[in-house]
Amino acid sequence: MLSSLMGEGFFYLGNDCDKEEQAVYTKLAELREMAKQLIEKASTCEELEDIRVKILGKKGELTQILRSLGELPPEERPLVGQKANEIRDDLEKHLGEALLAIRRTEQQVRLDRETIDITLPGRPPGLGRRHPLTQVVDQIKEIFIGMGYSIAEGPEVESDYYNFEALNLPREHPARDMQDSFYISEEVLLRTHTSPVQVRTMERMYPEVPIRIICPGKVYRRDDDATHSPMFHQVEGLLVDYRVTMADLKGTLLAFARQMFGGDRQIRLRPSFFPFTEPSAEVDISCMMCGGSGCRVCSNTGWLEILGCGMVHPQVLANVGYDPEKVNGFAFGMGVERITMLKYGIDDLRLLFENDLRFLAQF
Amino acid sequence: MRVSYNWLKEYVEVDRNPVDLAAALTQAGIAVEQVEEYHGGLEGVVIGRIMDIEPHPHAEHLKVCKVSIGANSLLTLVSGAPNLACGILVPVAVEGAVLPGGKAITNTVFRGILSQGMLCSAVELGLPDDGSGGIMVLPGTAQEGLPVSACLGLADSVMVLELTPNRADCLAMVNVAREVAAITGSSFKPPETILEPGSKDAAEYTKVDILEPELCQRYVAKIIEGVTVGPSPAWMRHRLEAAGIRSINNIVDVTNYVMLEMGQPLHAFDYHTLAEGRIEVRRARTGEEIISLDGVTRVLDPEMLVIADGSGPVAIAGVMGGLATEITGTTTTVLLESAHFHPQSIRKTSRRLSLRSESSMRFEKGVDLAGCRAAADRAAQLMVMIGGGRVAQGAVDVFPGEVKPVMVNLRIRRVNEILGTTLTMDEVASIMDRLSFPYRVQEGLALVVSVPTYRGDIGKEIDLIEEVARLYGYHLIPSTLPHGPVNAGRTRSQRLEDRCHTLLEAMGLTEVITYSFINPSAFDRLQLPPEHPWRTVVEIRNPLSEEQRVMRPTLLHGLLEVAARNTNRRMGNLALFEIGRAFVPQKGKQLPDEPLKLGVVATGEIDRGWQEKPLAVDFYMLKGVLEELLGRLGLDDYDIRRGEHPSCHPGRTGKVSLNGTEVGFIGELHPAVMEEYGLTRRCYVFELDLGHVAAQAADYRFYKAIPRFPSVTRDVALLVDQTLPASDVERVIIGAGGPLLQQVRLFDVYQGGQVPPGKRSLAYSLMFQNMEKTLTDGEVNAIMQVIRTTLVETLGAELR
Repeated sequence: MLSSLMGEGFFYLGNDCDKEEQAVYTKLAELREMAKQLIEKASTCEELEDIRVKILGKKGELTQILRSLGELPPEERPLVGQKANEIRDDLEKHLGEALLAIRRTEQQVRLDRETIDITLPGRPPGLGRRHPLTQVVDQIKEIFIGMGYSIAEGPEVESDYYNFEALNLPREHPARDMQDSFYISEEVLLRTHTSPVQVRTMERMYPEVPIRIICPGKVYRRDDDATHSPMFHQVEGLLVDYRVTMADLKGTLLAFARQMFGGDRQIRLRPSFFPFTEPSAEVDISCMMCGGSGCRVCSNTGWLEILGCGMVHPQVLANVGYDPEKVNGFAFGMGVERITMLKYGIDDLRLLFENDLRFLAQF
Repeated sequence: MRVSYNWLKEYVEVDRNPVDLAAALTQAGIAVEQVEEYHGGLEGVVIGRIMDIEPHPHAEHLKVCKVSIGANSLLTLVSGAPNLACGILVPVAVEGAVLPGGKAITNTVFRGILSQGMLCSAVELGLPDDGSGGIMVLPGTAQEGLPVSACLGLADSVMVLELTPNRADCLAMVNVAREVAAITGSSFKPPETILEPGSKDAAEYTKVDILEPELCQRYVAKIIEGVTVGPSPAWMRHRLEAAGIRSINNIVDVTNYVMLEMGQPLHAFDYHTLAEGRIEVRRARTGEEIISLDGVTRVLDPEMLVIADGSGPVAIAGVMGGLATEITGTTTTVLLESAHFHPQSIRKTSRRLSLRSESSMRFEKGVDLAGCRAAADRAAQLMVMIGGGRVAQGAVDVFPGEVKPVMVNLRIRRVNEILGTTLTMDEVASIMDRLSFPYRVQEGLALVVSVPTYRGDIGKEIDLIEEVARLYGYHLIPSTLPHGPVNAGRTRSQRLEDRCHTLLEAMGLTEVITYSFINPSAFDRLQLPPEHPWRTVVEIRNPLSEEQRVMRPTLLHGLLEVAARNTNRRMGNLALFEIGRAFVPQKGKQLPDEPLKLGVVATGEIDRGWQEKPLAVDFYMLKGVLEELLGRLGLDDYDIRRGEHPSCHPGRTGKVSLNGTEVGFIGELHPAVMEEYGLTRRCYVFELDLGHVAAQAADYRFYKAIPRFPSVTRDVALLVDQTLPASDVERVIIGAGGPLLQQVRLFDVYQGGQVPPGKRSLAYSLMFQNMEKTLTDGEVNAIMQVIRTTLVETLGAELR
């Protein structure tokens, strides 16, 4: 074993080497033998380091031997020196391998020791939540911005003119019965819908077209029960341009419904009445719970009502100054609470305004 | 409006069942809310077959019958009827049924035997005696288990219409029938009115004076004499009942019947109770009273229109008749009123009296002015038919005006422009045909349509286009997307608002949405002094409750209520925000200012997992949120100084300003406010005016080069008066440090121990950086010396 380790020609130094020379070779061989054994026994990096110092260090045994080469005849020095260097290289290589092996073992031991219970819970990063109504409004905004709309705003405390008159709802109009309002004074009230923003925007833009806006916001009606909140949210939409048709309205709402409620939604328009649009329609989407076959959510009709819409009434355009023969438009409005409740399966409107953290933390 | 399917079929052929018809009506804009089954008042009475008859063990004259009511359901019924026979079909009233006489059916024990309901006679079912001498025997073709109404011809379906305000015309059966005809393509059959002319003229009996022609545009009076008041025939009672109207007597029932049929409210007076037998339509006089048909004494005023006779009011016009002139069992001569009253006048009167009736509801929504006479004639005919008597010749018809059909131009091009369709003249014309709207064609481009007077909702071209659209079918209109230039996006302040949401969410705050109206008592709870500007509010005149009486001037109250509610529900660790408008009245302006505010409240502690103890929320946590928010919005020039707020702890409140403009406050809630809201753990709040913030927020941010040379960090610790704000120290350091001082970071604040009383130790880490070259110790030492000296000289600091 040794011979193989030491190399073939090492002991065959020839008959011509003298005794002194032979003694050095023997010393070197013994040293190598001893070092090998020490390295094999070593179990820590520190022990290996000690061995290195003992053999190869400044005062190490091999170094001593090399220093003693001066006593040899000059012609023999290179050969012996070469041998000694070979042994040093060989020992360094073995030390290196042994060190690596020990490090590997030590690392394994450390890794074993460091095992943690990864099933313990993680540290909460502590993020907050956006109110579900805001999330839904954000989504609606994104969809319509993608279709080229901008976001408009208007006051929540509104004049009778913008809330009713300009929208073709004169003072004694029976349709005002549909909306019992909170009044601040004879002429000022809390807006009952986001539709006044239509008129304000048209007034601001007139005589320019196109107008493409949506207006999300709070609205107020004098109703407070399980299905009505005195304050709630709507998103109003308005497009005014040359050559706008009801077909455009249908296409727009279909695109919206599919982005909002899923790509396989269908929409259905039913004739309805709003004083500020004509023709007017209520819009249903195919129920996303049952796909239209009928279930509890859609009261077995397969359809869910989500918004009202229509072509802007010529009188409303004329009130602002536009010539209804030249430009026309469509408008739509939807209740954010209703859409939120449909989207998340919320069955009690009041949860949305109670702000119970156990509710809010779910969105 | 409740529409009986059977009744409807009198005026139009219907080719589909009630449910399909309802769907078709809904698709055409006459929304059917639901379809109800109607059993002629015989709900719970089913057809049964007597299977077995045994004598009652304890009663001689009683029998115990086994009766099959279908579906393997066998009932035991006890009866004493003499005509019981095995195999016959009989009406069985089961438990829960209420018979027309008012008898409620329950399972009853007759001498030890339980009878599961009752076998009924014809009379017990409110039907004429069938001569069977006991239990009614149903025809052999009847089917066991079905409602008895099915074999008596009483089964009907009622479509409950939910009418939009423009379609008041469909408060009349005939107009619903016209609508059905237009939808299904069948033809409309109007009710026929044939009157036997009486001998005397109506004008010989009565005289009508309209003193308020503005409020009463027409008054038709007809006289029917020789009537016998009594119960109405079953068919009429059932139709009224299906429509939701209680049967009174034949004369009153006719007025209601024709109102339902033709949409014209009618009233019948007992002619002989009318003083001087004449009618006057006038405003009520102040203090005048009338006892209305419901027996209530009503005090009238001149805003109300009345029908008066020679002595005083006999009816509240269009709303309700008077008790004194009502039809009674002794009435023989009827004065029938068919009039037209002004919708707003009726609405006002009805509201003032809190009295709504089928009649007032119809007048408010609009009645066909041209239809008064036809309704009067029809009612007179029916009164004679079921009450006997004669109709006086003609009518007193006071009608100063005239009604003409409106002529509307309908351009085919315009139809397609609005709808996005490619309809032809023929297609549009055929829709007018289905509606039975007469028209003539104008130069191949348009139709001139004569709109019938009963369609008061149609007056303009766009109204006709809607008719075309709904009868053509909304589902057939194509779906396209609008084209043309766009200008999409958000405004600056909208982007800022969105960014606030994102930042606050990322910093662990949860959004809430509270009502914009609050209880004004909030201002006391918030400890606001009497002159505090928040007390000047926008007030709601007609709030639902005190809780919602004023528009909020601040988000603070809503946030604190949410905090309290959650704390009470054992969720006391809260970090909440709301972004919403506040409302501030503006002198001299109609509308208030609506500043957009951001409010934040935090209390309790922050969960940091199982490795670390939760961190108690304190002032500096919330200040950190505020600073991070402003910093991220690109507002580096904010300033937070000691300040005051009546709702906050006087020693723990700051005013936030941006370039000298105050934009909000931050503070720990005052203990008195905490107590008011029932909050037990310290609460921290801030509120910002986002409008001001948006005005100053940076639109752009420019990148600063990353230094290529190493920086040098030095610490300085100093003792200062404990009242000296740290921000002053920082300002002095920055001032003295010059351009090479890049960063000042406070890393320790210490009091007590070796620090003398009244002083505190502040330790700062200062980072120096030269962008051009490596700083030398010498350079930094020189600057540090300047900083130290300045701190000592300007603040009296003692260096440590």
